[in-house]
Amino acid sequence: MQQEPLFAVRDLRVSFTRHGQSFKAVRGISLHVDHGEVLGIVGESGSGKSVGMLSALGLQPKTASVSGSARFNGRELVGMPMAQLRALRGSRIAMIFQDPLSSLNPVMTVGAQIAETIRLHNAGVSKRAAMDRAAELLALVAIPQPDRRIHQFPHEFSGGMRQRVMIAMAVANDPDLLIADEPTTALDVTVQAQIMDVLTDLRRRLNLGLILITHDLGVLAGHADRVAVVYSGEVVEQANVDALFARPAHPYTRGLIASIPNMAEEKERLFSIDGAPPPLGKLPGGCAFHPRCPQAQDICRHVPPPVRSNGDHRAACHFATLPVGSAA
Amino acid sequence: MPFLVLGIVTLAFLLTTVTKGDPLTAIVSDRQMNDPVAVAAAKARWGLDRSLPERYVIYVGNLLTGDMGTSFITRRPVAQDVFFRLPATMELVLAAMLIGSTIGITLGVLAAYFRNTVIDHAARFFALFGSSIPVFWLGLALLYVFSVKWGILPGPGRLDPRATPPPSVTGFMTIDTLIAGNMKLFLDALWHLILPAFVLGWAVAGTISRLVRANMLEVLDREFILTARAKGAGELRVVVRHALRNTLVPTLTVIGYSFAYLLTGAVLTETIFSWPGMGSYAVEAARGLDFPAIIGVTIVGGVVFLLTNLITDIAYVIANPRVRLG
Repeated sequence: MQQEPLFAVRDLRVSFTRHGQSFKAVRGISLHVDHGEVLGIVGESGSGKSVGMLSALGLQPKTASVSGSARFNGRELVGMPMAQLRALRGSRIAMIFQDPLSSLNPVMTVGAQIAETIRLHNAGVSKRAAMDRAAELLALVAIPQPDRRIHQFPHEFSGGMRQRVMIAMAVANDPDLLIADEPTTALDVTVQAQIMDVLTDLRRRLNLGLILITHDLGVLAGHADRVAVVYSGEVVEQANVDALFARPAHPYTRGLIASIPNMAEEKERLFSIDGAPPPLGKLPGGCAFHPRCPQAQDICRHVPPPVRSNGDHRAACHFATLPVGSAA
Repeated sequence: MPFLVLGIVTLAFLLTTVTKGDPLTAIVSDRQMNDPVAVAAAKARWGLDRSLPERYVIYVGNLLTGDMGTSFITRRPVAQDVFFRLPATMELVLAAMLIGSTIGITLGVLAAYFRNTVIDHAARFFALFGSSIPVFWLGLALLYVFSVKWGILPGPGRLDPRATPPPSVTGFMTIDTLIAGNMKLFLDALWHLILPAFVLGWAVAGTISRLVRANMLEVLDREFILTARAKGAGELRVVVRHALRNTLVPTLTVIGYSFAYLLTGAVLTETIFSWPGMGSYAVEAARGLDFPAIIGVTIVGGVVFLLTNLITDIAYVIANPRVRLG
């Protein structure tokens, strides 16, 4: 058996109970990421991609129940006592979020917020030393005049700068794994590219495993090593990034790729996938994607699709177009 | 600010002229009322023979030199009476504010964190109870239960009636006893302060707890709370340092405004607890149609309220970095 990956999720399930009814937000996702690797998780809003990752770290909302497995460095996170989870969070596993303005505490200086992360996990570090380190970290994410900037408040930073602060805070304790939840969605396109560069650069320098959660498959094209496509709480396709773009096996993935705007081609209209993701309480039978799938057959309405795989390339579709050698 | 003070002075002065009561009845005894010479003499002595504008100008002029006239009842300068009694009221109000804010903030935080649980419902009941029960009823009831029935808290007054009060330096009994170095007396003063301050602070605690709960609920849903948890911060730290700190501005506002309620509430509380403050003075003055005293109390109360608003505004700036730097 090969060595266990840095972070491995197996059949993770998250459900919410509301008004006595149970909603399955995550219906058994499995994925893994290793040191120095970038795993992209792509899916529409509400597909369960964020809540799945949050739940793996014990950050799910109070009403959620989580089952399955999420192993980090060989340790099981699901069901781990809170104190041990807290010791990992912000130290070995860091997270950054979508909106860098609301993700920073408006009444604390950015330096104090970074220093807090350091001191939470390093009991012996003085406030002074932590602030000095905070300035170094701001320099690491290319914020000019870090010694002055650490004493400023989040509202004095631009959107892109705030996201850099979030990143600085995330890597403050040299984590092994960084989970970035839509890190560029709230930013301008030009700033998006800068932030992605900062992230991939840090990945190389600190050899971190990076999980990049996004709804924008285009962002992943240049930055991810592997991609997992999530639909209605399930991974419908998972593959090496080149293979995924070259030979998408699942109709949903094909739809996502087709809807990326392409500058080279001139099209009258942008492609879009018909319909909307099903609401959590009303998942269709069989394949969850069948009501929107252009290739749906009778079998799709009744039988949940098996996962077919060809090496690293997996797809959950009755008609997955995997290259030769595919086996059920 | 100076205009506001002048406004208070004018209003306080005018309000006394629209009341039906004749101040002469407070000055002149019933028997002398029939003696025109005595009445005229009293009118001249107290300036009541002059026209209203004249009296107003004289009053404001005197006020500028710190003279608030002489009380009909005590026959002492009103300024002296009021400033002698002000510290007692301030001690009571500040203690009530401290108790009210501490209980209010704690309950509000707990209610928000444990929303829709027994804790939340209990806090809601406590707040509703405190806001709906009149101060005088609550004061009497608690005084009866804790002092008369169980004897675990002292009766009315600021000190044990048998004790000799310390020399008055600040007028705050708790501080003066400390200055005098008398620990036993300090504890006695503190002991006497608890019940009236709690009675007065309860309603305020209710209001504050509801507001803190609402604000905490909103803040706890914000993303930076998730960030704090993702950093590995413990729940206590998340709630106090990250969430509560962000509700400080609205909390300060309601605490600042509750001051007005406390000043009014003090009138009743002081009467019930025989607290020698401005409130009980005001009640005596109103009963005796002691106009100079009524005006004096109104002005001092108004100015104290203005000052707390000013302090609240300054506290805003400290609590909210956006105002500070903006």
